[in-house]
Amino acid sequence: MEITRYGGAVYSDADLDRVEGQVIEELKASSQQPIADPDAWLDEEIKKNILVTSVDAVLNWAQRSSLWTAICFPACCAFEFIAANGPRFDLSRFGMEILRASPRQADLMITAGTLTWKMAPNVRRIYHQMPEPKWVIAMGACAISGGIFASSYNVVPGYNRIIPVDVYVPGCPPRPEALIYGIRMLQKKIARKSNFNLERSSK
Amino acid sequence: MTVALAGKDIAAKLEEKFPGSVEASGRDFVVVRSGSLMPVAAYLKDTPELDFSYLNYITAVDYFQYFEVIYQFTSLKHNHSIMLKVRSPGREKPALPSLVGLWQGADFQEREIYDLMGIRFEGHPNMKRIFLWEGFAGHPLRKDYL
Repeated sequence: MEITRYGGAVYSDADLDRVEGQVIEELKASSQQPIADPDAWLDEEIKKNILVTSVDAVLNWAQRSSLWTAICFPACCAFEFIAANGPRFDLSRFGMEILRASPRQADLMITAGTLTWKMAPNVRRIYHQMPEPKWVIAMGACAISGGIFASSYNVVPGYNRIIPVDVYVPGCPPRPEALIYGIRMLQKKIARKSNFNLERSSK
Repeated sequence: MTVALAGKDIAAKLEEKFPGSVEASGRDFVVVRSGSLMPVAAYLKDTPELDFSYLNYITAVDYFQYFEVIYQFTSLKHNHSIMLKVRSPGREKPALPSLVGLWQGADFQEREIYDLMGIRFEGHPNMKRIFLWEGFAGHPLRKDYL
């Protein structure tokens, strides 16, 4: 029988069936024993595994690994944030894929965009509504200094005029990589945080 | 494609209907006197063969001697459009009649022009600032601001 080939691929039904039969036979021949349970060693080992750490380390680890962002994006940097949040850059790798529409459930504010004085009281209110501990990332030139609008009659020249800022991410707009780098820096800052001030509590 | 009606034709029609209402006209615009803006606008909207039922936008220009407010109207039925201009001389208290009664879409745009240019629209139901806050000094899009 003449077999017609197109670019090396087999398009004859009989050939396809034969190849399929071979694959199944090979798989069946090599799969006569069940794969050993990879977790079989756990039962005895888990009793020996006890970790000792400080409360600070655990608290900081938990806080920096679940930064939830308040939705408060006044201008165009928001699109870079959206890109960073999407599947290509995937912020959820850092435990923060969840955007909170309520500031009560958020602990990070990413100030993505130009802020006008008309909007400033609302942004400050959102910041005040976020529960402690909370952090702010100033994203983009406008958030840092007002950017090209710094001398405008209606633009706040930097978010640090109205709320305290932890990390500044420059760019117009910053690439998602830059934002992620800023988030990593904030996570390092949180990791150094001391949660208990023993000197103050002893007084 | 929407046809831009010739300014001369519309100007001739308006001059026939409202003598003395047209100040100037060009290839695709008509400048009318502010006193006859209301009847002219109502005529443009309600005449069946014109039927300018849709207000595309309102904007304003500061020419130092006068302010010019520009309206673009489109007829969705006849698929044609016209640009109407009206001038308000002087810089102290420029005022023009409001078109909110004819086109609801004029509401926010007239407030924006009042906010940034300082042109007051008489008869507007809510003539106050829209982008800037109460108490802001001046009108920032004027040529002599800052």
